[in-house]
Amino acid sequence: MPKIKLAEKTITQIKEVCAKFNHEEGELINVLHQVQGRLGYLPAEVQEVIARELNMSVAKVYGVVTFYSFFTMLPQGEFPISICMGTACYVRGAEQVLSEFKRQLKIEVGETSADGKFSLSSLRCVGACGLAPVVTVGEKVYGRVSPQQVSKIIAEYQEGCPAESKSA
Amino acid sequence: MEMINLTIDNKSIVVKKGTTILEAAASIGVDIPTLCHMHLHDMNIENKPGGCRVCVVEVKGRRNLAPACCTEATEGMEISSHSIRAINARRTIVELILSDHPSDCLVCAKSGNCELQDLAHHLGIREIHYQGEQSHYREDTSPAIIREMDKCILCRRCETMCNEVQTVGVLSTINRGFEAVVSPAFEMNLDHSSCTYCGQCVAVCPTGALTEVDQTGAVIRALSDPEKTVVVQTAPAVRAALGEEFGLPAGTLVTGKMAAALRRLGFNYVFDTDFAADLTIMEEGTELLERLNKYLAGDQNVKLPILTSCCPAWVKFFEHHFPELKDIPSTARSPQQMFGSIAKTYFADKMQVKRENLVVVSIMPCVAKKYESSREEFSVDGNPDVDYALTTRELAQLINLANIDFKSLPDEEFDQPLGESTGAGVIFGTTGGVIEAAVRTAYEVQTGKSLDRLDFEELRGMEGLRKATIDFDGLPINIGIAHGLGNARKLLEEIKNGKSEFHAIEIMSCPGGCIGGGGQPYHHGNVEILKKRQKALYAEDQSKTIRKSHENPYIKKLYEEFLGEPLSDKAHHLLHTEYFDRS
Ligand code: SF4
Ligand code: SF4
Ligand code: SF4
Ligand code: FES
Ligand code: FES
Repeated sequence: MPKIKLAEKTITQIKEVCAKFNHEEGELINVLHQVQGRLGYLPAEVQEVIARELNMSVAKVYGVVTFYSFFTMLPQGEFPISICMGTACYVRGAEQVLSEFKRQLKIEVGETSADGKFSLSSLRCVGACGLAPVVTVGEKVYGRVSPQQVSKIIAEYQEGCPAESKSA
Repeated sequence: MEMINLTIDNKSIVVKKGTTILEAAASIGVDIPTLCHMHLHDMNIENKPGGCRVCVVEVKGRRNLAPACCTEATEGMEISSHSIRAINARRTIVELILSDHPSDCLVCAKSGNCELQDLAHHLGIREIHYQGEQSHYREDTSPAIIREMDKCILCRRCETMCNEVQTVGVLSTINRGFEAVVSPAFEMNLDHSSCTYCGQCVAVCPTGALTEVDQTGAVIRALSDPEKTVVVQTAPAVRAALGEEFGLPAGTLVTGKMAAALRRLGFNYVFDTDFAADLTIMEEGTELLERLNKYLAGDQNVKLPILTSCCPAWVKFFEHHFPELKDIPSTARSPQQMFGSIAKTYFADKMQVKRENLVVVSIMPCVAKKYESSREEFSVDGNPDVDYALTTRELAQLINLANIDFKSLPDEEFDQPLGESTGAGVIFGTTGGVIEAAVRTAYEVQTGKSLDRLDFEELRGMEGLRKATIDFDGLPINIGIAHGLGNARKLLEEIKNGKSEFHAIEIMSCPGGCIGGGGQPYHHGNVEILKKRQKALYAEDQSKTIRKSHENPYIKKLYEEFLGEPLSDKAHHLLHTEYFDRS
């Protein structure tokens, strides 16, 4: 098994989250959610610490991480962009929106742009079908997005960094 | 106790509340097909994900068919187990499974033993009406187990064995939907994980997704090489199970036929691991007494309890999970490795065969023995003490290949000097057997008296955790027994917390011990088979004139001519080992 080589500070952060949930196996999803919130992603070493803290097997932790598309093992860009690929969004053109993001950022789904600013992922229905197609950047939600709007959205983040859009 | 009245196929029946439809049907001899479900009765092992739906039955008044394995019987239920609707649903389900399954039956290692193949056969599937994408996963080969996940049907039995029963936790379902598969964390290869190679996942996998590494080809090549002298050793549990592969009832002892078959396959010497089991008792038993007497003399630092070390999966388990306890197990090598070591020194010298021209093959009930024989410390200048470790199933394969009519073979004897064994060596194959063998010798050596009874019923049985106190002529010796690594873990936690009351503990990884090993004929979830194999071993022990390891004349001779005495420098060098921190 890979030996853990995380910064002491990171390990402490993870342990804090696990302690907050009483080291309960049943809280795994919440633990993963919060740890990803703090670190941005869940690399193998992080999953090992979580497995140890919750006294469960790392295979099970990995099983959960790979089950939910929300979790990611790859580092996220400063502004993680997600495109909903749920049915409603799909029929209203999400695919064209996604390819426009890919084209402009020159990255594929799951990748991060060279400058570390943007990463791209696709989601299943985010529950805002009335606004389809839906795109989120960090916590900010954009509705009825057309391929034409893509460059505008990207530009918003290229200039400054609107603090409210940073992921929590 | 609340009772429930229901009818199955128009037969009235009364069952306890909480009984599933499947169990209720079985109790009146109605056989409902299952695939994902597995229940090892008496062992508390059950896999009940309710995922495959092959077991659906029709319940009067219900719109949907009910999965029998995970639906409780309720008052007044009227069940029809084989209605047209149920049968059609089963056929559709099996066809859907097959639509994402390689059509490899003709060349699959599991062919003839595959539960999916059986099911398709019983349901008369002749055509697959669904065409879909086929999943492709890379094959993963380790020293003992091959994973071909294209053949996985996601029944999750292996997951239950690895997590709940063995508490090793290597396997988990990962990904979702079409991508879902059972895998170690981060899709790493099994040999990078903490897999113990116990093979219990292999033992329960209904399909060819998990199989052992096949070494029959290598053995055939060795047998046909005129330069090589090929010797074979057979583990105790093999003789109590091999017959099943040839249609003999479970529990038939085939010791003599097995020796005859091996001779016909061309092995130059047919020896017995039971001989090495007797040798193990000499070394391990002496070690136990040495530690015990130091302790009785007031030495506070002595490591007790002593733990047996015959099972390689168990060894790998504590190396990964309890490295801080690694100086507690006996340092004695397993019988397989003791045999290899003695064969390639003592026996090779006697026969004047060069080490590299002597090939040692072992026949084992076990998958982990393949891994054990590949451990570096068990080789000299790159030449392993044991060259190939075949499973009981692989031996059956060789016998079939050579067209030997196994059932009509005469009984033959093992060769000497490494084929003589006592009853104590034979019972090594079952849970409780190693420690009983040790007690028979340790008692007599310690007290200087001879035992008036040899059957220690208090050490026998099938419960996962057992304990007994044996009176060593006024000195009470506390003994613990665990089989299944989850049970072993409990005893290890006690030791770690300084709470263990035991002087000696026997541990075997497989439920039932080696009789239930990962390399044995498939039991398909029938625990009765294990009990019959166990009985067979105790019967063989009973039938032996010599039943104590230290009375084996060839063992005595081995010490006189070669080793000196137990725990001598030479014995240490050839018969003992060390353990590593793999955490
Ligand atoms: S061999 Fe044993 S430890 Fe390894 S994956 Fe299978 S059940 Fe788990
Ligand atoms: S590998 Fe075998 S036992 Fe495990 S889930 Fe797949 S089919 Fe079932
Ligand atoms: S109990 Fe026996 S068959 Fe099972 S892993 Fe251990 S040595 Fe092998
Ligand atoms: S499908 Fe996109 S929000 Fe529901
Ligand atoms: S056997 Fe009942 S659902 Fe699989």
